[in-house]
Amino acid sequence: MSSFVKNLTNGIVRSNPTFILLLGLCPTLAVSTSLDNAVGMTGAVLFVLLTANVIVSLLRRWIPNRVRIPTFIVIIATLVTIVDLALQGFAWSLSQSLGMYIPLIVVNCIILGRAEAFASRNNVRQSVADAIGMSIGFGVAILLISLVRQLLGTGSLEVFSIRLFSVPGLADNPASIFLLPMGAFFVIGILLALFRWMGVSECE
Amino acid sequence: MSELVAIFFGMALVNNMVLVKFLGLCPFFGVSKNLSSAFSMGVAVLLVMLVASAVTWPLFHILLVPSGVEFMRTVIFILVIASLVQIIEMAIKRTNLTLYNALGIYLPLITTNCAVLGITFINIDNEYSFLGSIAAALGAGAGFTLVLVIMSGIRERLDLADTPKVFRGAPIAFIIAGLLGLAFLAFGGMVG
Repeated sequence: MSSFVKNLTNGIVRSNPTFILLLGLCPTLAVSTSLDNAVGMTGAVLFVLLTANVIVSLLRRWIPNRVRIPTFIVIIATLVTIVDLALQGFAWSLSQSLGMYIPLIVVNCIILGRAEAFASRNNVRQSVADAIGMSIGFGVAILLISLVRQLLGTGSLEVFSIRLFSVPGLADNPASIFLLPMGAFFVIGILLALFRWMGVSECE
Repeated sequence: MSELVAIFFGMALVNNMVLVKFLGLCPFFGVSKNLSSAFSMGVAVLLVMLVASAVTWPLFHILLVPSGVEFMRTVIFILVIASLVQIIEMAIKRTNLTLYNALGIYLPLITTNCAVLGITFINIDNEYSFLGSIAAALGAGAGFTLVLVIMSGIRERLDLADTPKVFRGAPIAFIIAGLLGLAFLAFGGMVG
């Protein structure tokens, strides 16, 4: 049990894919303009990562070493197509606002990286723990970034059209630069520095 | 012709791959530490984008659309790109060893570069013609190279600067990318 928990928590803090490993940044920064997008992206990544890890781990003895990367890519691409079609069918508006960043999960380094570095060497149980931990780590990071961007960029917090609260003053004159692409770079840069200052991660 | 020019500059400057669409961030932060490797990486990406667009566009419109299986594009495109990268690598190795030594180590990395897969999707989503796709690929590649080279120039100077300890390395690179993005915002009204 202890190694299960260890693999699970590994992805959340110690090797957080976004803040420590700096992997899979493209979707994290691109869709973190609202909390809805962040929740949708986390769900999509969780499904693809978990299923890919389980399949790769089950097939690890049968996949020839020389063609393992193409095999992983085909498995991941199939899963991503499933997510893409499912979102188009059941959550049209979410699918529209995530746009091409859903099919681009195929080339998200986190998923291929975990298949190669973890699932192809460990059993299914540990791979499940790793996938869930990594997805939570990714989810925490993207939710934190979109929380900051949405709060500063619109002056209020909304999840799926439910208004949680709005900041007086800021809601009338929001700092909409944080919703622009460059806002994402500023937010992640400052968050990274903040984590180092707090001692969560180490300086270079 | 003017439409093609508009697509080229639109992709290179206004909708820059790295700064606006957030594609290809891994090489952007990984390879932008010195000028010559940044330029080589940029050229390698430009080359692969060009060939990938030239192959995936006909594939989508001649094979996938008539068969009614457009949803297969993710699987097909990534396989095409992965094989193309291998073929380009072998071709360069046979024909030009100097070029291979300069670009060689970057080529395998490009398979998982989202900018390449991204441009093939953009070509389809924006309903560009074949020539339009070529112009878009050239523009995206040129824009990627431009930003990568600017970034590496800044980072070479940054090594000598007295950056606060917690900002050293990745955090300051992100802040600079944000400032570069602000600068590129000025191109906004240039092309429609």
